[in-house]
Amino acid sequence: MSSVLVILETRSGELRSACLETVGAARTIADAKGCNVVALATETANIDAAVVGGAGADQLMIATADAHSADAAATTIARVAKEVGADVVLLSATVRGRDITPRVAALLDTGFAADCTAVDSNTMLFTRPICGGKAFNNVTVNGDVVVASLRPNFFASAGRDHTAEISEVASETALAQVVEVAAQSGGRPDVAESTIVVSGGRGMASPDNWNLIEAIADAIPGAGLGASRAVVDAGWRPHSEQVGQTGKTVSPELYIAIGISGAIQHLAGMRSSKVIVAINKDADAPIFKHATYGIVGDVFEVLPELAAELAK
Amino acid sequence: MEIFSFVKRVPSTTANVEIKDQQLDTSGCEFEINPYDLFAVEEGLRQKEAAGDGNVTSVSFGSDASQKDLRTTLAMGADAALLLRNDAADTADAATTAKVIAAAMDGRSFDLLLFGKQAVDRDQHGVGPGVATRLGIPCITEVISLTIDDGKVTAMREVEGATETITTSVPCAITCQKGLNEPRLASLKGIMAAKRKPLESIDTEMPAMALTVESTQPPDVRPAGRIVANAAELVDALRNEAKVL
Repeated sequence: MSSVLVILETRSGELRSACLETVGAARTIADAKGCNVVALATETANIDAAVVGGAGADQLMIATADAHSADAAATTIARVAKEVGADVVLLSATVRGRDITPRVAALLDTGFAADCTAVDSNTMLFTRPICGGKAFNNVTVNGDVVVASLRPNFFASAGRDHTAEISEVASETALAQVVEVAAQSGGRPDVAESTIVVSGGRGMASPDNWNLIEAIADAIPGAGLGASRAVVDAGWRPHSEQVGQTGKTVSPELYIAIGISGAIQHLAGMRSSKVIVAINKDADAPIFKHATYGIVGDVFEVLPELAAELAK
Repeated sequence: MEIFSFVKRVPSTTANVEIKDQQLDTSGCEFEINPYDLFAVEEGLRQKEAAGDGNVTSVSFGSDASQKDLRTTLAMGADAALLLRNDAADTADAATTAKVIAAAMDGRSFDLLLFGKQAVDRDQHGVGPGVATRLGIPCITEVISLTIDDGKVTAMREVEGATETITTSVPCAITCQKGLNEPRLASLKGIMAAKRKPLESIDTEMPAMALTVESTQPPDVRPAGRIVANAAELVDALRNEAKVL
């Protein structure tokens, strides 16, 4: 009995939709192997079997835990992987997925491919960025079970009409307890999850000018805010907004870099964005070499015009 | 409080990386201590200071080249350093590294193991939780705030769109995220003192690699873009050409 085990991400009892892409990738691999996809939620949650089945799963297992511990989740996953004869375990490369993946690999005494952007379902060759996206490794996992996490925005749900068969599985006890999950205020999506990112750098001259950046984000529904390392290190913006090799790696549909010169470590974190816009007064700024569209100009003149155009 | 902080050398984040014969070529790279590992060293020093007693030992699974980095951590204030020496250590994946470190820590007495949340070369985010799992101890990852009071651990971390508070008890492992602290620079006095501090080197076996790198490639080349005249032209291009708005 062989199967692909895919881990569903839940928070506060709700399914996180980004993991449905991973379910789709699991379906593609299972079709190549001719086996089933088993989706596992490691804690109790309100999950629609038609949504998970539609994304690609044959079975949906929901663990009885009401806690959100990463170690208990990993122990449950490793046990279920053995029970269902999984030869592949897939997770999503979110903060939680990054936390759980190496633990599952350690429990199964195997290797893992983290944060993959592509997989060849016949050879199980995974493509993954290294050095913050400056290069890509093609890797294979050595071990009886292949464990991998997949980067959000790079895979697709199967998009079929199917309802997964639901069952309940026992959960394991936790060594560390998540005692509070507090939603961040501000109402904007996290930069790592936004399909559109509006990002500011040193060219904004002062943190007092961020209202101009926010006006652009306000004019685009669902836009998240990003920032360069320079302005985070200067204390202008919070760490949670930093994009780059020592911040978050993003790959949105649209990335708007405002007053950002494009240092190599920033480029590493956003170069896989589908469309890149650069607005900078320095025509020689490296960011323009990577931009789909560029405006060479003073941000204090361009941004109000851009906000007005977006409102039309 | 007995604390171990783990460090690794990585190509400088300001360096471009070269690819030769489909493999990463770091021979022309400057190396530095992984930036997240500096948060781990700093946090070790701060937790020792807060506890009022104990030792901070910095550890690296590395070649002799890592001795320089361990001296830097001693100059920052670590009490002792341990090199788990293997010439091929730089090529080890996170799961393999975790196996080596867990074996080296097994049987040692400790309260706290501190890691960077990721090494910025392979970006696997795997060593801290891998070591903790193999040792059977709790681990909290990507921590931005850490309080230890009478063995009770309270940590905060940011996940997408939310902040989590997590509790556990020592002994445990923590992986450090930017925002946890500001690493100190070594003082001249610290650099002088570091020369007399113990740096032990233990020849260490490399287990079979858990990951095989078949090839390495540069990122896809982006198609050439174009400069537009003004905001109106930009919005038109985004709506009607790229269709992202």
